[in-house]
Order: sequence, then structure tokens, then C-alpha cells
Amino acid sequence: MRNAIGRELPAHIEGYGHVRAFAGAFSPLPDMTRQAPRVKAARPGDCKLVNSLEEVFSRIPVRDGMTLSFHHHFRNGDGVVNQVLATASKLGIRDLTIALSSTFPVHAPMIDHIRSGVVTGLDTNYMSGPVADAVSRGILKKPVVLRTHGGRARAIECGQLKIDIAFIASPASDEYGNINGVEGPTACGSLGYAIPDAEYADCVVAVTDHLVEYPLSPVSIPQTRVDYIVKVDSIGDPKGIVSGTTRITKDPVGLKIADTAAKVIAASGLLKDGFSFQTGAGGASLAVAHFVRKMMEDREIKGSFALGGITGHMVEMLESGLFRKVIDVQGFDLEAVRSIKTNPNHIEVSAGFYASPFNSGCTVNQLDTVILGATEIDTDFNVNVVTGSTGVIMGGSGGHSDAAAGAKLTIVVANLLRGRLPIIMDKVLTATTPGETIDVLVTEHGVAVNPKREDLRDQLIVAGLPVRDILELKELAEKIAGKPKDIPTNDRVVAIVEYRDGTVIDVVRQTTDR
Amino acid sequence: MDLRRTLLFIPGNNPGMLQNGGVLGADAVILDLEDAVAPLEKDSARILVAHALRNVDYGTCETVVRINPLDTFAHDDIATIVPCRPKALLIPKVQSAADIKVAVELMEKAERPGQEPVKIIALLETPRGLAEAYSIACADSRIVALALGAEDYTASIGAQRTSSGIEILTARSLVLNAAAAAGIQALDTPFTDANDETGLLADTQLARQLGFSGKLTINPRQIDIIHSVLNPDTKDISWAERVIKAIKVAAAEGSGVASLEGKMVDAPIVARAERILIMAQRVGLKGAAQ
Repeated sequence: MRNAIGRELPAHIEGYGHVRAFAGAFSPLPDMTRQAPRVKAARPGDCKLVNSLEEVFSRIPVRDGMTLSFHHHFRNGDGVVNQVLATASKLGIRDLTIALSSTFPVHAPMIDHIRSGVVTGLDTNYMSGPVADAVSRGILKKPVVLRTHGGRARAIECGQLKIDIAFIASPASDEYGNINGVEGPTACGSLGYAIPDAEYADCVVAVTDHLVEYPLSPVSIPQTRVDYIVKVDSIGDPKGIVSGTTRITKDPVGLKIADTAAKVIAASGLLKDGFSFQTGAGGASLAVAHFVRKMMEDREIKGSFALGGITGHMVEMLESGLFRKVIDVQGFDLEAVRSIKTNPNHIEVSAGFYASPFNSGCTVNQLDTVILGATEIDTDFNVNVVTGSTGVIMGGSGGHSDAAAGAKLTIVVANLLRGRLPIIMDKVLTATTPGETIDVLVTEHGVAVNPKREDLRDQLIVAGLPVRDILELKELAEKIAGKPKDIPTNDRVVAIVEYRDGTVIDVVRQTTDR
Repeated sequence: MDLRRTLLFIPGNNPGMLQNGGVLGADAVILDLEDAVAPLEKDSARILVAHALRNVDYGTCETVVRINPLDTFAHDDIATIVPCRPKALLIPKVQSAADIKVAVELMEKAERPGQEPVKIIALLETPRGLAEAYSIACADSRIVALALGAEDYTASIGAQRTSSGIEILTARSLVLNAAAAAGIQALDTPFTDANDETGLLADTQLARQLGFSGKLTINPRQIDIIHSVLNPDTKDISWAERVIKAIKVAAAEGSGVASLEGKMVDAPIVARAERILIMAQRVGLKGAAQ
């Protein structure tokens, strides 16, 4: 069958089940009630502290076939997933599904646990490194479910991602299970991605290397949801926690694109008092923030809020009064940690509050503008951020589709040529974010506006921006670099790309050697 | 009127930069075969630049190639580059009108039948070149601009470069006067600290005050700042529009001279006003005054 953006999908996928086809960005409405985890009780004098992961495995007990969840706030510095899986392996537990909000190179030991049958399922929003390579080559029998950040919160809340045990890497915890992310050697700031897990898992375990006296404050995840606390020597490497780059790109083409993107925002009329903004942590995204900031300063604009993964740059904008609030689901650097700890206008929110489409309102809906990247974009503006130029998984939506759907103005910034390859295709290899939610593509050779946004196109032309048809940009890129050959894949589905509402927007098929 | 506010140097041995040179917003790119390229790489850079001229779309950006000095690799540069139809050559270390004659002969030999003549920008960066500025400016009809290269020049005269630029005031004035006398454009020396935006702003403001209408540019980040200074501002545009209106009214009354706000408006004033309005239109500022 074909979904609403014309992707060919099987009706049923072994290890996943019935496929609900993507039907449009705001098409299906929920018809279920929220997931209800087991009700618990704790008596006076009960002790939640457990000496080791092994002991907590036997106390719960962890059994074959369960789903264990983890957050990715430590990114490539995470130490908890590997320790928990080593424990499972030692205890002979098999057939686990790992619901890890994002998967990084540090998680490479998972490959051995997949080979030995300890892990048979993976549910994640982003994956890069050896695990992603191995999945692309078909190491897992069951396909990986790739969700969006908002979609994961939705799936947990609606019971489609049912978590048996949430292991929460906790930068600081007291002995009764109050957790925050702002203290201890692995302080990472917001714990937004762990909050749905803590709310809806049947059992919640805080894993910490920084146990403090009761009561801890501030509290991000409360004692009322935490069943056990395990103290280990180390839960992660602080060096791996800092993500992306905190320096603005010096690449002249990247700066040109960023400058043009900022001018697009200005031309759209959204850059006025009350402006809200989201951007990523890469050098190019930071450069857009830099140019937006200059325009806000020049025009004395007081923005409403900055959203998303938060960097020191956003913190500076908060502290200099350019934004009234920062809404933080995840911090990217130590400045973000310092700010969330000390500034009441820097607000920690959960993944559902940030981006779930199925609640009574998430923050991306309040967003004026978001700046996003793309690995590929097609002439219908569908974006791929999952697979790279060889067809191997090297990313994932994360918040891409969520912010694109919510923002009034969604801008994709990309070099027309990535290395030697054109970025615009007739059809992206893997559709992640539907074109109907993308308004503008900004490249160094011009700006393409989605035909659905004729109003915006006119505004950009009046402002003197170099507006070109996306087909024209595609031809220009192909004139320079030629047209890339299709990537050979076979029929086996190695990953399912779920849109934020739980429908299937695309699948990733196993790559084959040329 | 030629619009050359910014002329951005692009290293001739960097394929990535050559490919993207046209998208950075400069009025002209200078594909550089001289200082940016080591002697052992002169051949490969020459081939790369020739291919870039044939294949890369530089859009409305004027293509200029800085060849090597006439006493080094200029003969090979001209023979290879000129048939690839750059708009102009930037000839470094020009010392005299005779240098220009040598270059023109080589260019005429290299040009294909029917090819639009390649223009010349003469880079004056020696004491002798500055002393000969006017005769150089008049040496050939291909010459469209004189440019100042202050780094080599100050080294030759034993001056120290400062941020105030006092040591190059005479050189700047010589270039400006010679260019104005010959009726061609004067281009200012580059500001070499790419990270000093405040310094660039002040240096460009001084250049504009002296009379320069363009500036050699060594980093894409300098482009917007230079344009912001060299573009006519709304006050200029509004003044120019009033001048043109006044002269039209005077012409209708049969007079060649008008008066605007108590000041005489004669031919040079009208010419200046027209230049401002043409430039405003070229850079998309027309109507900004209303």
C-alpha cells in the first residue's frame, strides 16, 4: 500500500505488526485512554536503596522478554545502558527490547548483546555509530522502531510503547528517589526525555553515582514514581555529554546560508515582540541563531521563548533579555546546565510537554520559527534525516518532525551539495518529515518556498531574497555534481520510521553491496 | 556604471571555494593565482581557475583573475586564462604604463576572435607604481580601475601599518586622484584582520570619506559590512531625488542650472545625484527614501 506521501509500505511487518499508513500531518485523532501503570504502595521504613544492578534485577525481578527504557541525556557519554545490559547478559536474561531515546557510538557493546540474544528489539528516536551500522546491515530480526521525540512520549502515554522497567541515569538522587539533572559529576541539565518513562513505566529504577541526603531539591523526577535507587561508581563520562559544537561555523558558505535563513525569518514578518524560536546545536544552526540575535538586538525585539535543545548561545540571549523564557527539554552544554539550575526563567519540561501531538497542547504548537537540517530533501519538500548517502542509518528525527509540524515557519538549511552529492532528489531515500510541514529550503544558491506557501513566497520576493523553484535548484546541483545513482536495498525492512502520531511514514530497507 | 563595492579574493587552488565564490554576495570575485598559491602549485591552480571560469556559474558576480607579476608567471597565466573569458585581470605590482602595454599585447594575442576584450584592474603596490599612477590609469582603454595594495607598499617605504591608516593616506589620495583624472574607478586596499569588524567598519568609512567606491575584500564576512558603508544611505537617495527633480523643473523653465535649498545645482552635482540613484537601484535600495 502507499501512504499519503506516496511511499510504498507492506501492510504487515514481521516483528512490528499491522502498519497504519501515514495519512497527513494532522490526520488521525486518538481514540484511546492513557496508559495506566500498576498502582504501588510504600510503607514507613521501607528502604528503596539497592546495592547493585544485579540485586535490583532480582528484586524487581527482570525477566526474559521485557522492555527496558533509558534516556539519552548523556549522549555519547552514557554509561548506564552498557552496565544494565552487561548485568542482563551475566544473569542470562534474553529477548529484551531496549527503548533508548537516542543511540550513540558509546552503545556499541549492544551489538554483542544482540548477537547473543540478550537484546532482540530496539526502539529509539535517533541512532548513529556502530549500532546504527549493524542495524542497517540487518543484525536485528525485528525491525527497529524509529520515533520522533514527541512521538516517543505519545507512544508511552498511549500504551503503544509499554515500558516494564525504566532505568533512569540520575546525575543526582536522594535515597528516597528524588532525582535531578543539575548536580553531581555528570550534571546534564534538563531530564525532559526521562519524564514520560518515570510516569508510565511499571517499575522505575534510579541509577546514580551521586547519592545525596534526603530531601533533594530541585526535583525533576519525584520519589512518588521511583521504586529503587542503585548507586554505582560512575553513570557516564561528562566529556561525552557536550553535544555538537558550541562554536559558530566559520565556513563562508555555511554563514551565507545562515544569514539568508535569518533574512527569511525577518521577511516573514514573524520577527517582532513575542517571537519564539528553536534551533539545533550544530555550527550552522548556531550561526542562524547568531544572525537572528543580531537582528533582534538591532530592532530591539523582545522575544517570548527559545525552545528545544538548549545551548549557551540561547542562555546568553535569555540573560541579555532577548527572550523572556527558555523552555528546555534537553541541555547541550554546561552553560545550559548552569542556567537551568539558577534561573527561574529557564524551564525544564518533559518530552510530552515539548512535542507530543496527543495531549492537550505541546510547546512546538506555540513556536514561530524552527531551523532544521536535512540529509536529503525531495522536490515535494519531504526531508530525510535518517539515512545517509550509502543508505545506512546515521540519524533519526529526534524533534525534527515535531518542530516542523508545530512551527508557523519551518526552515530547512542545507548546502546544495553535501560533499560531492546534490542534496535535492526526486525522491528521498527515507522520508522522515513530510513536505507539507516544511515551508522553506535555504541553500547557498537560493531559497525555495513550498508551493503551499504562496503568501510567504511573495513576502520573500518583495524582501529581495533569491527565491528559486526547487526543481531549478535541483537541476543546478545536478549540473555541478551529476545525478546520483539509486542506493541498492533489498526488501527486508530493518527499521520503521513512525511519524509523531504513530502512523508509518516510511521504512528503512536493508542495504546491499553494490 | 560598474558596481564594484566588494571584490572578494578566492584562492585559485581551492576547488570548494572556487565552486561557491559566486554565492557569497560580493560584486566581484578575484580568483587568485598570485599570493594565495605557492610557486609549486601555480600550474594546477591555473588549470583549476580556467575550469572554474568555463564551468562555474558566478551569476551577476564579476569574474576577475589576479595573475602573477609580469616578471614571473604572467605570460602563462594570460595565455591560459584570457581565452576562458574572465571579465577582467587584476595585474599586480604594476610599475608603469609600459607594464600595461606588455600585458595588453599578451592579452590581445591570447584573446579568441570575437571575444569581448578582457578589462584590466591595475594593482599599485610599489612606490614607483604610485608615482606613475596617472600614466598607468591612462595607459590603455581596457583599464577600468586602479587598486591600492597597501601591505607591500608600506613595507617598501619603511612605514608601519596602523589601524588609523595615517601612513597610507598619501597613497590612497594618489590612487584616488589618478583614477578620477582618468575617469576610472578607485579601489581601496583590503582590511587584513578578518576578525576585527569594528576596525573594518572604521577603515571603510574612512575610505568612503576619501572617495573610494570599492574595496578589495579578503574574507566573505567582510562583504556585508563594506556594503553597508558604501551603499548610498536614505539621506543620500532622498537628496539625489530632490536634485533630479529640481533640475527637471529648471530644464522645463529653460535653464541648465537649478537651485536646491539655497545651493546651486549644476552639472557635476547632477552627475553625482545620478550615480547615487543608479547605485541605489543596482543594490535594491531604490525607493528606500520614500
